[in-house]
Amino acid sequence: MHPAFSIIIFTTLSGLGYGLAGVLGLDLLDPAATATKCAHALALALISVGLLSSAGHLGNPQRAWRAFSQWRSSWLSREGVMSIITFVPLLVSAWASIAEGRYLALPGFLGAVLCAVTVYCTSMIYASLKSVQAWHTPLTPVCYLLFAAAGGFVLASVFAFAGGGNTRVLPLLAIVFLVAAWATKLRWRKRMKDLVPLSTPESATGLGNIGRVRLFERPHVTENYLTREMGFKVARKHAEKLWRIALVAGGVVPAVLLLALAALGGQGTLPVTIASLAALAHWAGVFVERWLFFAEARHSVMNYYGG
Amino acid sequence: MTSLPSLPTPKKLGLVIDLDTCVGCHACVVSCKEWNTGGYGSALSDQDPYGADVSGAWLNRVHSFEVVPEGGEVVGEAGQARIVHFPKSCLHCEDAPCVTVCPTGASYKRSADGIVLVDEDKCIGCGLCAWACPYGAREMDLAAGVMKKCTLCIDRIYNETLEEVDRVPSCVRTCPANARHFGDLGDPNSAVSILVAERGGMDLMPEQGTKPVNKYLPPRPRKSLAESAHTLPLAENTEGAKGFFAWLDGMLDRI
Ligand code: SF4
Ligand code: SF4
Ligand code: SF4
Repeated sequence: MHPAFSIIIFTTLSGLGYGLAGVLGLDLLDPAATATKCAHALALALISVGLLSSAGHLGNPQRAWRAFSQWRSSWLSREGVMSIITFVPLLVSAWASIAEGRYLALPGFLGAVLCAVTVYCTSMIYASLKSVQAWHTPLTPVCYLLFAAAGGFVLASVFAFAGGGNTRVLPLLAIVFLVAAWATKLRWRKRMKDLVPLSTPESATGLGNIGRVRLFERPHVTENYLTREMGFKVARKHAEKLWRIALVAGGVVPAVLLLALAALGGQGTLPVTIASLAALAHWAGVFVERWLFFAEARHSVMNYYGG
Repeated sequence: MTSLPSLPTPKKLGLVIDLDTCVGCHACVVSCKEWNTGGYGSALSDQDPYGADVSGAWLNRVHSFEVVPEGGEVVGEAGQARIVHFPKSCLHCEDAPCVTVCPTGASYKRSADGIVLVDEDKCIGCGLCAWACPYGAREMDLAAGVMKKCTLCIDRIYNETLEEVDRVPSCVRTCPANARHFGDLGDPNSAVSILVAERGGMDLMPEQGTKPVNKYLPPRPRKSLAESAHTLPLAENTEGAKGFFAWLDGMLDRI
C-alpha cells in the first residue's frame, strides 16, 4: 500500500497526542506545574495537527463534516466522531490545569478512556480491511494502542524532568510500554511474513482449476490509481534495514536514554534535553514503523497485476 | 446510509462475463468510458491525456492472463497453456465491504436491485472504499476528487427514452463477441441465471466473503491441436465426396 505522508503524520502525531493526553488524564503529572500546563497544550496541538493532516489527502475536504454520519458501520466515521467527543474532556482537563492548576478526576479519567477508544478506532480503519491481510488482525489495534501509550509516557517523561512529576515512575512506565509495543510489533511483523496469501491469482480469476495463473498483459501500460495506491512495493533488503532503524530509533534509543535518566534522577535542563532527544528518536522510529506498515502491506488487487 | 440492506435484495442485477468467448478487444472498456463520461456523475477524467504518462479513471478494465496447466508449457511453444482475457468491473457484491467502510454515506447498495453506487455529492474522496474492495473495482477521479465505479449503467437500464434493445449496460451492448450478459441473478429462471447454472458460473475470490453478484463463466476445455487435426480437410483426399462434388471429382479425374 502507498505510504501517504499525510496519513503517516496523522497516525503518528495523533497517537503521540492521545498518548500524552491519556497520561495527563491519569493524574501522573502535577497539574499546577508549568511543565504540565505545557504538556496539555502540546497534547492538544499534536492531536489537532494530526487530524488536520488526515484531511490533507481528501479529494473534497470541504465536505469532511459528512464523515461524522456513518458511525453505525464505518470505523473511519467512528474515528471522526470519537476524536471530536474526546476533545471535550481533554479541553476541560487542559483548562483546569492551565487556568486553575487543578486536576479534575472525572474529565481526566474520561479523557484517558476516550483517547484509547479513539486510537482503537483509528487502528480498526486498517484492521477491518480483509483485502489487506497484513492489517487484518487483532494485533493491529494492540500495536497502535501500545505505541500511543509508549509515546505518551515518553513525552510525559520529558515534562516530568521539566518539573512536572515523578522522574522515576514515568520514565520506567515509558520503558515498560516501549518494550511491550515493540515486542507486539515484532509479533505482528512475524505474522505478516508467515502469511499464506488468502487470495491468489488463481482464486482472483477463478482459473485455478485449469492451471497456474500468471499475468500476461496489464489492462493499461502506464500506472493508474490502483497501481499507485495499492501497488507500492519496497525492496526486501531496504525493508529489513528500515525495520532495524525503526526498532533502534523508536525503541532502543529512548529506552536506554530514559533508563539512564531515571537512574540518575533529578530535574533540570540536561535531563530535559536528553529526554527530548529520546522523544524525538521515538517519534522518528515510529514514523519509519508506520511507513513500513503501509509500504509492506499487500492488497489483494495485486493478484490481478502480477505483484 | 452505508449499512447494507438488511434483507437480501429482491432483485440482484448484475453481469455474467464469459471468459470463453471474450476476445480481449477492449471494446467494452472504451464504450464504458464513453457512456459514463457523459452520464451519471462527473466526467471520467484523464490526467496528462495526450502525454507520455497518461492515466485516468475507468470503470472496466481487461486484463489478460496466461494459464499453464500442470506440466504444460508456456504459450508460443505449442503447449497446453492458454491465454484468457479477463474483463473486470464492479461485481455489485451482496456483502460489499466498500459500502460499510464509507464514512459519509456516499457509497450505498440499493435495496431494490442491489446496485452499488456512489453519491458523488456526498463523497469526500477519502479512498477507503477502494482499499476495502478486494477486486480493485473502484478508481478515484483525480479531477473531481470523488470515487468512481461501475454504475451498471443505471442511466441506461431503466431509461425509457432508449429503444428496448439499448436498455442494457453499454459494455453488454457493445461486446462484439457477446461475452457480457446482463440480467437479474436473483431470479433463478432468468436467462443469466440459466447460463450460470449451465456453464458453471463462478465467484471471484469467494474467500473474501463479499458474495459477488456478477458471475464469470469459465473457459470451455481446450482441445489440443493434435486432437483437432483429423477434422481438418486434407487437400489430397476426395474420398466420401457426394453429389455434385462426386461428379466433379470423377469428371476432373477423367480429363
Ligand atoms: S466489486 Fe468492489 S466495489 Fe464492487 S461491490 Fe464488490 S467490493 Fe464493492
Ligand atoms: S471515497 Fe467517497 S465513497 Fe469512498 S469511502 Fe470515501 S467518502 Fe465513501
Ligand atoms: S455496466 Fe456500464 S458502468 Fe459497468 S462496466 Fe459496463 S458499461 Fe461500465
